[in-house]
Amino acid sequence: MVSKEFLQMRRDRITFAMMLGIPVLQMILFGFAINSDPRHLPTAILSADNSVFSRRIVAAMQNSNYFQVVKTVSRESEAKRLIDTGEVQFVLSIPEQFSRRLVRGEQPTLLLTADATDPAATSNALTAFRIFAEAALASEFRGPLSYLQGTVAPLQVTVHPRFNPEANTRYNIVPGLMGVVLTMTLVIITALAITRERERGTMENLLSTPVRPLEMMVGKIIPYIIVGYLQMGFVLLAAHYLFQVPLSGNLLLLLVVSLLFIAANLGVGLTFSTLARNQLQAMQMAFFFFLPSILLSGFMFPFRGMPRWAQYIGEVLPLTHYLRIVRGILLKGNGLTEILPNLWPIALFLLFALSIGLKRFRKTLD
Amino acid sequence: MREVVPVIEVEGLSKVFSGKTVVNQLSLRVEKGEIYGFLGPNGSGKTTFMRMLCGLLQPDAGSGTCLGHDLLSEVEQIRSRIGYMAQHFSLYDDLSVRENLDFMARIYAVPKRRQVLAETIERMGLGPFVGQLAGTLSGGWKQRLALAACLLHEPELLLLDEPTAGVDPMARRDFWEQIYSLTAQGISALISTHYMDEAERCNRVAYLAYGNLLTSGTAEEVISAAGLSVWSATGLGIQELASHLKGLPGIELTIPFGNNLHVCGTDPEQLEQSLRPFFAASRYRWEKQESGLEEVFISLMSRRLENDDG
Ligand SMILES: Nc1ncnc2c1ncn2[C@@H]1O[C@H](COP(=O)(O)OP(=O)(O)O)[C@@H](O)[C@H]1O
Ligand SMILES: [Mg+2]
Repeated sequence: MVSKEFLQMRRDRITFAMMLGIPVLQMILFGFAINSDPRHLPTAILSADNSVFSRRIVAAMQNSNYFQVVKTVSRESEAKRLIDTGEVQFVLSIPEQFSRRLVRGEQPTLLLTADATDPAATSNALTAFRIFAEAALASEFRGPLSYLQGTVAPLQVTVHPRFNPEANTRYNIVPGLMGVVLTMTLVIITALAITRERERGTMENLLSTPVRPLEMMVGKIIPYIIVGYLQMGFVLLAAHYLFQVPLSGNLLLLLVVSLLFIAANLGVGLTFSTLARNQLQAMQMAFFFFLPSILLSGFMFPFRGMPRWAQYIGEVLPLTHYLRIVRGILLKGNGLTEILPNLWPIALFLLFALSIGLKRFRKTLD
Repeated sequence: MREVVPVIEVEGLSKVFSGKTVVNQLSLRVEKGEIYGFLGPNGSGKTTFMRMLCGLLQPDAGSGTCLGHDLLSEVEQIRSRIGYMAQHFSLYDDLSVRENLDFMARIYAVPKRRQVLAETIERMGLGPFVGQLAGTLSGGWKQRLALAACLLHEPELLLLDEPTAGVDPMARRDFWEQIYSLTAQGISALISTHYMDEAERCNRVAYLAYGNLLTSGTAEEVISAAGLSVWSATGLGIQELASHLKGLPGIELTIPFGNNLHVCGTDPEQLEQSLRPFFAASRYRWEKQESGLEEVFISLMSRRLENDDG
């Protein structure tokens, strides 16, 4: 009995490879890619005060590892745009006359605005900031300024966590869940749908008819697009009524752009179905795709906490971009212009998946 | 007047699966309105050949036309004019009879779908089963449903791969009635089968063994080409007789049929000479017989095997 199982396992090479590959993939992802204490978060500086003190604070930010100053902007609107599109995680606003008021001991306020849609990504950095900002200035309080040393607090830090002020992780997870549910079910369902035709022999019948591959694929996809929308509706209702997630954005826009994401997943499923010999293989391939999607997309762990290479992989996956879009629309109230940078990568992925699927999908049995 | 175009005409068609030649240089011609029988042991390439005809497999060599369309470049046109019934039931077990037929009619974009559907159900006598799931039909009715499904778009050529395998004799007879009435309307059919009685019902037959075409033609042509003489011995204990005859000069083959032993050879004189001592034994009644298709096929096969061995 045991040896028969091993014999059959060996015959089914792909299944065997997957059985070994999935744990390896899991180990790599969990072991190397995931880090729940993200560093080098992109930060923009909105400075109205160019002084030795403000430069000192910015330098300290750079040195802290938590922040990476990527931009210096001069207008408030520009700073807002950067946060809305998710280009930066933080904006540090240094008010006018910061240094003068500091010297006078008026305890000026630094405003650190955070994109807090994912509280896990920002909380550590926020805590760290208060500490090192003061420490950085302390070293400047020498000579004539030494009277500032030992003051209770030379400056104040106000943190403005935007989009999710209560740091409720649910707000982040529940909208993200929508993308995860769609990825999981749609890839599996489509991968199985065509493999099943092959396994049951009904493919032979279909192929002997004049149906075109594209017709067949579209015919296979459309019912599952509808299924995808039903799932979305379900998650949205649950998010709103069960978890009280504020759905502040444009739902219609969300529904429209979701079509692209649903289609991209179906394209992946379809491609798998042309590669898999049986339903088990199709399942495994779907899992192989699902695993990095859920771990590297920023759904479970902050995207910016991952090493570079993992971020590159994440950028390829449609779920990564879709999560940003969903969070952008639902939590930040993004419009089309803000989500555009995340839309085209999904479209590109869809095109890629569909063309491989169509290329692989030959109208013959050999 | 020009000759009518044959419905199938292939030249040197070959198919190789991972180094193994499954169909070897096959040339075949099927005329319009003909029922063409396709015989041969399991694994001889019948299914593979049919699949190449409807473009399910790409031939590795050779060329040909099907209904006047090129096999390699005009697959789409061929597909819309033929009805292919696969060896294994290939409709949906989890759809009802009507749903299956409706699906196929839509796939072929049959005009006046509802009417065609009703007519087909009526003609094939599927009426009582329309609501039943196809998976729960008995073998005979499944075959009938499969045949109905490939008739919806009024094909000009039927490719039927072992349509009557595992079907009871009554259902088989009904099935052939259908085939005859279809060919009477000018439809041609290529049918693979293992049954000799069905082979005899065909206008012409081809016999395939391990990818090679051993013989083809009408039953009479095939039989006379083989030039086989057959003596039949009737009586008890023919197994014993067979073992005595084995290896005698001129005796190629002994085939038992119940209480009947057919002794075959290509050289009538030598055959008779070898048998003469046995004619005297009163246990058996000897008769000279016309050779049938079955003896011819078996003899062709065994000659082929001997050649391969030698
Ligand atoms: N897709 C395939 N891949 C590899 N070998 C195949 C394939 N299809 C058929 N064969 C082989 O080709 C031979 C002929 O098969 P087939 O055409 O089904 O014969 P038949 O229908 O006469 O029984 C068999 O030995 C079979 O194993
Ligand atoms: Mg076969």
